Amino acid sequence: MAKTLVEKIWDAHVVQSKEGFPDILYIDTHLIHEVTSPQAFDGLRKRGLPVLRPDQTVATADHNVPTLNQHLPIKEELSRYQVDMLTKNCKEFGVELYGLGHPYQGIVHVIGPELGITQPGKTMVCGDSHTSTHGAFGAIAFGIGTSQVEQVFATQCLLLQKPKTMKIEVNGTLAKGVGAKDIILYIISKISAAGGTGYFVEYAGSAIRELSMEGRMTICNMSIEMGARGGLIAPDDTTFDYVKGREFAPKGEDWDKSLAYWKTLYSDKDAIFDAVLEFDAADIQPMITYGTNPGMGIGINENIPSVSSQPESERPSFKKSLEYMGFEHDSSVLGHPVDYVFIGSCTNSRIEDLREVASFVEGKKKAENVEVWIVPGSKQVEAQAKAEGIDKIFEEAGFQLREPGCSACLGMNEDKIPAGKYCISTSNRNFEGRQGPNARTMLASPLTAAAAAVSGKIMDIRELI
Amino acid sequence: MKKFEKLVSKVVPLPIENIDTDQIIPARFLKATTRDGFGDNLFRDWRFDAENQPKADFVMNNPTYSGKVLVAGKNFGCGSSREHAAWALQDYGFDVVISSFFADIFKGNALNNGVLPIQVTDEVLEKIFALVFADPNTELTVDLEAEKLTLNATGESFDFEINPYKKSCLINGYDDIDYILSHKEVIEQFEQNR
Ligand code: SF4
Repeated sequence: MAKTLVEKIWDAHVVQSKEGFPDILYIDTHLIHEVTSPQAFDGLRKRGLPVLRPDQTVATADHNVPTLNQHLPIKEELSRYQVDMLTKNCKEFGVELYGLGHPYQGIVHVIGPELGITQPGKTMVCGDSHTSTHGAFGAIAFGIGTSQVEQVFATQCLLLQKPKTMKIEVNGTLAKGVGAKDIILYIISKISAAGGTGYFVEYAGSAIRELSMEGRMTICNMSIEMGARGGLIAPDDTTFDYVKGREFAPKGEDWDKSLAYWKTLYSDKDAIFDAVLEFDAADIQPMITYGTNPGMGIGINENIPSVSSQPESERPSFKKSLEYMGFEHDSSVLGHPVDYVFIGSCTNSRIEDLREVASFVEGKKKAENVEVWIVPGSKQVEAQAKAEGIDKIFEEAGFQLREPGCSACLGMNEDKIPAGKYCISTSNRNFEGRQGPNARTMLASPLTAAAAAVSGKIMDIRELI
Repeated sequence: MKKFEKLVSKVVPLPIENIDTDQIIPARFLKATTRDGFGDNLFRDWRFDAENQPKADFVMNNPTYSGKVLVAGKNFGCGSSREHAAWALQDYGFDVVISSFFADIFKGNALNNGVLPIQVTDEVLEKIFALVFADPNTELTVDLEAEKLTLNATGESFDFEINPYKKSCLINGYDDIDYILSHKEVIEQFEQNR
C-alpha cells in the first residue's frame, strides 16, 4: 500500500498497535533541557525507575543561560538552580550533558543537527515544541510535555494516536531577499495559527527542495506555529551531504547501510494525505508580523488588515492585539521605528543565518536608536563565526555578538525587551510578553531584521540589496 | 492522579480567543523544579499588574465568578508545549476547560494531569458565555462516564468526545507510564528485532 513519509517512519517504530488504544511508539532519540526535565526526573525517582536508555538521551542547558560571561556562575538564583539541577540529574541518571562551558553546548534544536544526532528516519522528541525543527532531515520529531518526558525516560516509548497528514507544496522560485523564514511566515499567515492542528505536515515542492538544510530547519521549526504536531521534509542529497562526517553520524559500513535505508524515505506517489495545500513561491514577499500570534503576518509593504475584514467573532481579539502592539488597523508598518533587533533562537541562529546577516551589514553601521543582539545557536556556531571573521563585521557594525542560548526568544534569562519597546526578532513567537512583560515583538527573517538594524526602522530589504 | 468524578460547578468565563500558554503561565515562572504552586501564577499578567496588585477588571479577580470549570475562546492552549500550563490550571482548581478548539499539545498535557478539555461547537460556547453573563451562578454538569455536558439552567445536554483510553485513565486515576510499563517485554523485543 502506498504510504506517506510520516506513515513509513511511524510504522517502523510501532511497538504495539491495539484497537481502541493509542499506539506504543518507540523513540530513537530523546533531547532534554533544564526547564522541562526536573519534574520528570523527580517522577522517576518517586517510582524508583532508571532512565531506560541513557545512551539515547542527550542534554543541554539553553533556556535559562546568560548570554554574557558564561564562564561566571549564573547570577539569577532560580536559573542557576535549574541548570545545577540538570547537571545533578544527568549525573545521577547517566545522561550525557553538553552544559555550559562544553564546546557542544547550545540550543537543543541547533546542536542535534550540527552534531549529526539528528538523522533521517528517526523518531525524536524533546520537552519543547520546536522539536519539529529536526523534521527537516526526514525524521518524525515533535515536542512533548513533561509527563511524556518522564514516559520516555522510563520506557523509551510514548503512547500516541497516529496523526493525520498534510502536504504543503511550495513551487516556483523565490524572489531576491525572500528566504525560508518568509515562506513559513507566509504559509502561517494564510492558514492561521491553528490551521495545522492535528496534522503532521510534509513540506514539498521545488521551492522547498532548493533550500539548504538550514532553511529547511527554519521551515520545520515553525510548523508548531500553525498548530501542527510536527513538520518534515523528505531527505535528499542536500540532507545526506549535511549529515555525512558529523560527530555522531554513522560511519563506514554503517553509513552505507543507513544511506540505503534513508533513500527509501519519501512519500509514495499514490500516498494519500488527509489535506493538501499548494502555494506559489513567486507570491511570497519579505514577511513581518504585526500582531500577537505568528499567524498575524503580512508582506512587508502590505497594510495591516482592517478590523472589518476579520470574522466578527475574532474582532475583539484582533483589536486587543493591535492595541498591545500600538498599531493602527489598515495602516503600513514600513518606516516604523524599531528599538531592538534580536537575531537568534532555534529558528534563525545557525551559521548560515549569521553569514547572511554579515554579508549584508559588512561595511555598514547600526542605526543609533537600535540595540542589536546577535545570539548564536551554539558554541560551534559561535566558534565558526569567529573563525570566519564574522564577529569582526558585527563588532564594526556596532552589533553585540553574545554567547549561545535561547536568550530573548523567551526572555527567561536577563535578555528581555523592555515594556513598550519594539523588537524585530528572528525567533518564532510574538505572543504578548514573550520577550519580556509588554514587549512588542515583530517576527521577520534575518535579512529583514538586519535591514532594521542598519536603518533603525522597518524597511523592505529589497530596496537595500 | 486523582480520579475524575461527575462534577456540577459554576463556571469562570474567559471569552478570549487564541489564549496561548505564555498567557496561561508566563515563561519567567517556569523555573520551579517541582509541580506544585503554579496556580498562584495562572494568567499572571492578566491577573496582576506590575506591582503585583490584582487587576480588578480580570474575571478571576471578580468574586462573582468561581468554579471548577473554565470556559475560554477558540484555540485555547496554543503555543509552547509547557506542561506547566496544565499544572497551573489544575493547581488553581480547574478540573475542566471548555472551548470550541484546543491546541494539540495542551490537550494531551491537560489529560495527562487530570484536567478534562471539552470541545464544544462555537454555538454551544456562545450559549455558555451568554448564560454565565446573564447569571454568574449558572451551573454546568460534566458527566465523563456518559460523555455529556449539561447546561443546568436550560437542561440542554451535549455529547463530547474523548479517547476511550484517556477516559479510562481519568476515571481510574492511572497514567500512561503505568500502562506502557506493563509492556516492557514487548519493548525489549522490539529493540532486539531492529
Ligand atoms: S530558542 Fe526559543 S523557541 Fe527555540 S528552544 Fe529556545 S526558547 Fe524554545
